[in-house]
Parts: sequence; C-alpha cells; structure tokens
Amino acid sequence: MGWISAPFMVSPITRKHKKTHEIRELIMLQNTFIKRFTHFVLDCIRWNLTGGIGYQAYLSSLAALMVLGVYAYSFQVHQGLSVTDMSNIVSWGFYISNFTFLVGVAAAAVMLILPAYLFKDKDFHKVVIIGEAVAVGALVMCLLFILVDLGAPLKAWHVAPIIGLFNWPSSILAWDVIVLNGYLMLNAFVPLYILYCHYHNQEPVEKWYRPFVFLSIFWAFAIHLVTAFLYEGLPARPFWNNPLLGPRFLASAFAAGPAVITVVLVIIHSFTEFKVRSGIFNKLRLIVVISAIINLVMLFSEIFKEFYFPTHHSLSATYLFFGLDGHNALVPWIWTSIGLNCLATLILAFNPGKNHPAVLFPASVLLFVSIWMEKGIGLIVPGFIPSPLGEVTDYLPTWVEICVALGIMGVGTFITTMLMKPAIVIIQRFEDSHGNDTPLE
Amino acid sequence: MGFLKDQDLKLQDKSNHGSCKNSGRREFLKRAAKAAAIGSTAMVTGCQTAGLLGSKEELALQFQEFFKKHYRLMTQEERDETIARLEQLAKLQSGENFQISSRKPIEGVLYGYAFNVTRCEGFMECVAACVKENNLDRKSNTQYIRIFEMEHGEMTPDAGDGKYFKEVPVEGHYYMGVQCFHCENAPCIKACPTKATYREPDGIVVVDYDWCIGCRYCMAACPYEGRRFNWNDPQIPKAEITRKQHYLGNRLRKRGQMEKCTFCVQRTREGRLPACAEACPTGARVFGNLLDPDSEIRFVLKNKKVYRLREDIGTDPKFWYFID
Repeated sequence: MGWISAPFMVSPITRKHKKTHEIRELIMLQNTFIKRFTHFVLDCIRWNLTGGIGYQAYLSSLAALMVLGVYAYSFQVHQGLSVTDMSNIVSWGFYISNFTFLVGVAAAAVMLILPAYLFKDKDFHKVVIIGEAVAVGALVMCLLFILVDLGAPLKAWHVAPIIGLFNWPSSILAWDVIVLNGYLMLNAFVPLYILYCHYHNQEPVEKWYRPFVFLSIFWAFAIHLVTAFLYEGLPARPFWNNPLLGPRFLASAFAAGPAVITVVLVIIHSFTEFKVRSGIFNKLRLIVVISAIINLVMLFSEIFKEFYFPTHHSLSATYLFFGLDGHNALVPWIWTSIGLNCLATLILAFNPGKNHPAVLFPASVLLFVSIWMEKGIGLIVPGFIPSPLGEVTDYLPTWVEICVALGIMGVGTFITTMLMKPAIVIIQRFEDSHGNDTPLE
Repeated sequence: MGFLKDQDLKLQDKSNHGSCKNSGRREFLKRAAKAAAIGSTAMVTGCQTAGLLGSKEELALQFQEFFKKHYRLMTQEERDETIARLEQLAKLQSGENFQISSRKPIEGVLYGYAFNVTRCEGFMECVAACVKENNLDRKSNTQYIRIFEMEHGEMTPDAGDGKYFKEVPVEGHYYMGVQCFHCENAPCIKACPTKATYREPDGIVVVDYDWCIGCRYCMAACPYEGRRFNWNDPQIPKAEITRKQHYLGNRLRKRGQMEKCTFCVQRTREGRLPACAEACPTGARVFGNLLDPDSEIRFVLKNKKVYRLREDIGTDPKFWYFID
C-alpha cells in the first residue's frame, strides 16, 4: 500500500489556480485513502464473482485448467525436468517457446497505448485498459513459464537484484528479468490508478500518470528487443545469431498482439453490455495487416538468405523447413504456420466481412495461432538442431509440458479476466455519469 | 539470519568447552555446524528444546545450505562451514564419508590442455576415468568427454561419428576428443544471469552448483557443447563414488544443476594430472601450466602444428589439438 499512495504525497505544483484545489484533494485523499481503496477492491471482487451461468462455467473451466497444471507440475517437482522431452541437445523446449511468444503479446499493448495516450485517439482510449489487462496476463504467463523451466525454481531469488548476484549488464537474461518485471509494474499500476479514480468518479490527474505511460511505451519495445537479444547474442547458434531477429520479433508481436486484443474485444462485444465501435476493429485490423505484411517480408528475406546459397549455418533452417538426416518433426508444423499466416493476412487485408466480428474473429485467431507456432517452437527448437557437435534429434513436448503450459495459460486468462471485468463496469459507469463524448483523460 | 548468530555462538562455546578441546579445526567446525543447525532448528520449528533427532538436524542443515552465499563471495571461514554442513548432510542422508576440499588456485598457474589427434586411437579410457573420477550420473549416462571418429580430411567433429561402438582404431580414421575448452572469453560466463559459472584465477571455468538456478542459458550459449545438465537425480553406485572431492569439482550434484569438466580441479590443484590425461594409454593428452615455459604443454604449443576449434567466434579456448 505504501507506494500506491506515494503519488498522492508528491505535490509538484506548477500552476497557481490549481494549487488550492489540489491541496484540498490531497488532504482528502490521504484521510480517506485506505477506506476508499478497500471499497474499490471489494467492489472489484464482487463484480468478478457475479455473472451468468456461462460466466461461472468459464471461470470453472479456467480453474480446472489451473488444477491440471498443478497436477502435471507435481510430476516435475518429484522427478525433475527429466519428465520433459528436453535434453542436453534441445535444452529449451515448449516452456521457453511459449515464453518467447507471450512476450510479444505483452509488448503489443503498446499498439493501443501509443495512439490512445500520445495521439489522444478516442477510439483506442476506450479500449486501452483492455490492452493493458491482456499485457498483464501475458507477462504473468511469461514469468511463470520461466519459473517452471528452471531446474531449481526455489533458488530463483539468486537472480533478483541486491539479494541475489545479478550478472548485469553482461547477461541478457538479467536484463530480461528487469524489463519483464518493470513492464508488469507499469502495466499494472497505471491502469489501477486510472480505474481507481474513475471508480470514485474523478478525473485521473494526467501529469501523475503520463510520464509512466511514456515510459511504458519505450519499455514495450525494450521487453521485446531484449528478449530477441537473448537469442540474437549467441554466436553458438547461427539460426538465432541474426540481426533480423529483433525487428522480426517486433513485427510479429505487433501482428499477434492486436490480433489477441481483437479476439478479446469481439468476445466482450458479444457477451457483455460493453459495445465496441466498428472503428476500433478497423484500426486494429490495419495495425495487424501492416505488421503481418512486414513480418512476412522479413520471413521471406530470411528464407532467401538461408537457401539461396546454403552454408553450414543454414542447417537449422534446413531442419525446420525440409528436415535433416531423416528428422523432420517440424516440417509440417512450420508449413502449416506459414500457410495459416498468409491466409489470415489475406483475409484481414481484403476484409471481406467489412469488419464484421464473425469474419474478424476467426481470422485473428488464425493469425494468432500461426504466429504462436512460428515464434514459439518454430523459433526455439531449430536453434538447437543440429547441436554444435552435429547431432540431430527431434523434440516433442511430453504430456507434462503440455499440461503445465495449459495450466499457465489458464492462470494468465484468469488474471486478464479478473482485471477486465471490473474495468468494464467502471468505464461504463464513468461514461454514463459523464456523458458519452467526454474525453477520457 | 543475524538473529541466529548469538544462539549459535553460545552453542558453539558449549560444545567447545565440552569434550573436544584437542580436536582439530575440522572437527571443531563440524561440531559448530551441528550446533548451529540445532540452533536454527529451534528457530525454525519454534521449540525451545533443541531437537536432536537426525531428521531435524538434516532439515536445519538444508535450511542453512539454502540461504548460503555464492562460493566466490564466501570467506574461508564460511567456506569451511558450508563444507562441514555438506559433509554432515552426506553422513546423515547416506552414511557416506566425503572429504570436500576448498583448495585455492596455485599462484602463477594457468591450466591448458593439448590433444594429440595423431596418437589418439579412440579407446575411450579417458571417458571411463572421467565418469568415475567426477561422480557423473550413471542413470542418464552423463559424460564430459566425447570422442569423435573422423575420416581423414575432416576437421570438425560435426562431420565425425560421436556414437561409435566397435573395435578401434579403424583404418583411414582418426579420433578427436571434445570436452569443455575452458575458454578465456567464455560465452557461458557472459550468459549466466547469476554469475554461478565463472573463471577461477587458474583459468578453469567452474560452476557453483548450489548457486546455479538451472536456467540453461549457458548451455544455449556454449558453441562446443561442453555443458551437461542434471535432468534427473544423479545416481551413482555407492561403491563407485569418489570420496575425495572439491567444492567446485566432483562433489555430488543435485537435480536441476548445471555441471561440466573442471580439468579435475580436485586433482590438478594438488599437482596431479586430470583423470583423463592420467588414464590415456596412448599419451595423446597433454595437460600443464601455460605460464611455465618448461612445461610439456608449452613445448607442444611451440613445436607442434596446433589448432583450435571454431577460432572464428573468438572464444579463445585453452584446449589445442595438435598433429605429430
């Protein structure tokens, strides 16, 4: 609680005519802050738990997923990572694949934040909080995927700054710890502040949260580039040691992320009273299409480099796209991904449904799935094959890995839901009391 | 943990005044650790009568082990304490007596290795000796050394056969051993987020097993496949355990920890050869001090045709191949 209330204690007063008003507000807030915050939290919990039978069933299925994940993880606790299909050759698998992809989803919230706060786009302003909730859910999933991948998860504190021994700035993984946790804080507390103000029917004070919004815009690029550099910086793995990796991460994230947000908005639009204007869908669609096209161009450039004049360093790409030494587990996987990606990009580009949710929804799901296939397993696993000493082996996640991953996805979806449901109620109430055309700032 | 210390000291005093006046430093430390363990058990379990049951002592030792520092940051006293705890734990858990050393690097020594590809005939005596000496997991068949059978004309092991099982040597082939190269510019050290893997002053690249979180980023970063991960609980038949151990070397590892060749730190810091070099029946393995101009390794580097693997990525390994 200490630092949530901290912004209220700072009083960088610049303009005289606001001075008295702000001081009054400050004292009032300090006196009643705890009481008001408790009300806010209790109401949020109440809104989260109430809902129709469909909503209850949805929550129960998420709970079932989480229980499944815990059950599967218990095998890992007892027998170690040997219950996965990872080995000394393919030493990262399904967990790190999902982590890598979800970093992109988290970073994509910036595609809503940037126009909403920077260009004051009203359409985006209305849904920006949903983008941020998706980002928080994705980040929690990222951190959990790292945690379950650790050989000694109880020693994770060794990588915390100050109490552990932090290999910063040398290790890119140390950078990733900072940027992921920092982005989680930014995406959790800025919306919390805004919602808290709206809940109490007040305008949030822009100068308090605006610097953090700007910071979060830069930070979003940072989480993705740093995660790309994690792989890009390894000369031992020629498949990753490629300067296009970072930019491709960004492009695919800015396609997959807004696609997820489109899916979420379609669901909210269809199942709640919160109606999303078709203009928002159109803008999101344009962002997705442009990013997806840039992503495909870069993919083409990579494929050209690997196969126009194949070198020793092209063996990983050969394994991925055509198979190597009789091992071809990923060949159908990657071609399915590319096929789906092209199909979804075409649908979204030509927009046959004129932004109708019935067309947008499946197209966004297709695009999202295709990028998950490619930016996840399609990127991580071939990096290890062949090994530096030339061994080729296939990797196939075990049931434990799949169930733990499902559990983590359950946690992430649950958190996103828990953040969005009260947010929608609060936004609606605030809009109703202020009239529809009040700028939301 | 400061609050534990007063109580620990009192208990240490008690045991010191008791029966062990003439016992050595090691014995004292063992008792001190035991006393400390009892002290912290009392704190953990909240009971005032210190539990003397083995399981409680074990729990307390493990509790203290969990919160210990990185090996490099420990004072010699703290190193002795953790070693006393580790030896005591081994005794409690499996009735084993280990001697774990914390011997420091010898001044003016930088270890280097040279491998004679003309002489090696692929018998793999080195592999067997390494497995035995370094207490490698028998369940997953972990090996630090890999021998590749290469056709004449091939230069890098990825073109060779690393899984052969037949009578050697085979006509028209030569044999090449690969292990951790202890790079001067090691990508694994740069990658490790917790500094658990680092370079000792005598040039060996080691892993502080208990500080490693098992993220395996070093494994992705190593261009020579020099690292091995404990995917399962390592298993070694009791009769085959090497009991003379080093904290950074062949002491028993746990599940979820990274490990690798340490140039047999437990042997080489005592002036002995690594197990692989000692076991080699053909004399293909040369180990020594790079800073000593009269050493055999310096002779090899000066007079033989030497090469290293993947010079292009600038890792500067301290492991050379040479041709007679």
